[in-house]
Amino acid sequence: MAKKKVVLNFPPHLIDQPVTYRLITEQGVRVNILRARITPKEWGNMVVELNGKKARLEDGLAFLRELGVEVEHLAEEVKWREELCIHCTACLAPCPTKALYVERPNMTVGFDREKCIACELCLNVCPYGAVEIAIEQ
Amino acid sequence: MANYQVNKTYQEINEKIKKGQAVVVTAEEIIDIVRRKGEAEAARTVDVVTTGTFSPMCSSGAILNFGHTKPPIKASRVWLNNVPAYAGLAAVDVYLGATEPAGDDPLNKVYPGEFKYGGGHVIQDLVAGKAVHLVAEAYGTDCYPNKRVEKDVTLGQLPNAVLFNPRNCYQNYNCAVNLSNRTIYTYMGPLRPRAGNANFCTAGQLSPLFNDPYYRTIGIGTRIFLGGGVGYVCFPGTQHNPGKPRGENGIPLGPAGTLMVMGDLQKMSARYLVGVSLLGYGCSLTVGLGIPIPLLNEEIAHFCAVTDDQLLAPVVDYGHDYPEATGRILGHVTYTQLKSGKMDLDGQEVLTVPLSSLVRAREVAQLLKEWIQKGQFLLGEPVELLPGSDAIHCVPTASRDS
Repeated sequence: MAKKKVVLNFPPHLIDQPVTYRLITEQGVRVNILRARITPKEWGNMVVELNGKKARLEDGLAFLRELGVEVEHLAEEVKWREELCIHCTACLAPCPTKALYVERPNMTVGFDREKCIACELCLNVCPYGAVEIAIEQ
Repeated sequence: MANYQVNKTYQEINEKIKKGQAVVVTAEEIIDIVRRKGEAEAARTVDVVTTGTFSPMCSSGAILNFGHTKPPIKASRVWLNNVPAYAGLAAVDVYLGATEPAGDDPLNKVYPGEFKYGGGHVIQDLVAGKAVHLVAEAYGTDCYPNKRVEKDVTLGQLPNAVLFNPRNCYQNYNCAVNLSNRTIYTYMGPLRPRAGNANFCTAGQLSPLFNDPYYRTIGIGTRIFLGGGVGYVCFPGTQHNPGKPRGENGIPLGPAGTLMVMGDLQKMSARYLVGVSLLGYGCSLTVGLGIPIPLLNEEIAHFCAVTDDQLLAPVVDYGHDYPEATGRILGHVTYTQLKSGKMDLDGQEVLTVPLSSLVRAREVAQLLKEWIQKGQFLLGEPVELLPGSDAIHCVPTASRDS
């Protein structure tokens, strides 16, 4: 079994299609939706964790791409800019998955990409603009 | 006049600093030294204890003189990168406040406002060496006929630039929680409902005024680390209140003493002066500030050895009590608990997060320590101590001296 967190961008013509349903039923991929934002007649955007045999996952992603869904790796979307971070830890309070964490007793903030679900809650909470998420672009 | 076993003077310590012989440790390092050697011996062997803090300090700003123009202008309205500066001073002097938002900021109209750029950010940009766009308007006079000036300026081009902060370095501060049913956006950061998180903002045992609770050494003329450069305590800060209730150890149980500080902005660094955007609240400036405390006697060594478990922050509900100004305190919590990442509030485990950076506070104390060790930074003897320094405090030093 393999796991993969990806960002799916749905072009307008796919918004009213049951793409996720087909991904599950036809491709046999387990889909855990971490975040979804769909606006009618505009781009849809979904952060998902895909679970399944490696070959299945690859077939599933190929199926999505063929339909016109843009698939991006989540890790590339989320940027924690260490040089801007002053280690105040304000981001820890809203982070639901503990992707942003603090090492004690040094009190140094760190970012675990694997745990991040790109929920964006930390984005505006960081007073120093040290977290950037490029999903909307 | 207290009778001490150790009696050192500023002059003696400064002589040792000049020779590169001064023994300097940070406020964290002194704790163990006092524990092992006792207060008198610690005061004998250690000359200076360095403290540090790195936190948003809203009552900050810069006095800037942008130089006379040809023809001259008596500016009455001035903007720097579109952030308004106060120009009700002589011709080309302005005061740029840290919390001033950009002129076209939507503020909290779209709640919570993001406050992306303000006075604190302009100060950071200037210190980083970036060019800042200056616009000055005037009504024109016979002696100052110019009505408008527009130019890019860098910090190096300004004839004078002084960081001048009316209230910095609070001696203690609230631990903020929110007992209401909605998320609120405060200067203490976003607070989740039903005490979802508790935010605090001092460096605890490393924080300057926790190490000199009765202002025995800190006063007007104390030379300090300010924003990566050298600054001075120039007066008690606004709202300086030494009369706040104190614990048995003499440490205030809530916000008490404050400092007014200033220093040459042109010698400061963007690493220790950072613009901040506090969601739903506004802009501010995070200031790195460190104060050297000379161990003149064992009483001062005693105070410098204070530890987080002896320091108490008041827990305040920003959902109701703070905006209503009821003055109610939910209880007190030690900085040991706050720094552990969770605290207990009426049986509920609450996540605690600091808004100040302990990492950078340590860096400030360490850097100041190195400056003094190298003989680059001499102690300034206060010409006057802060109000509250005459309080009598009997320290049981003899019994704790090994």
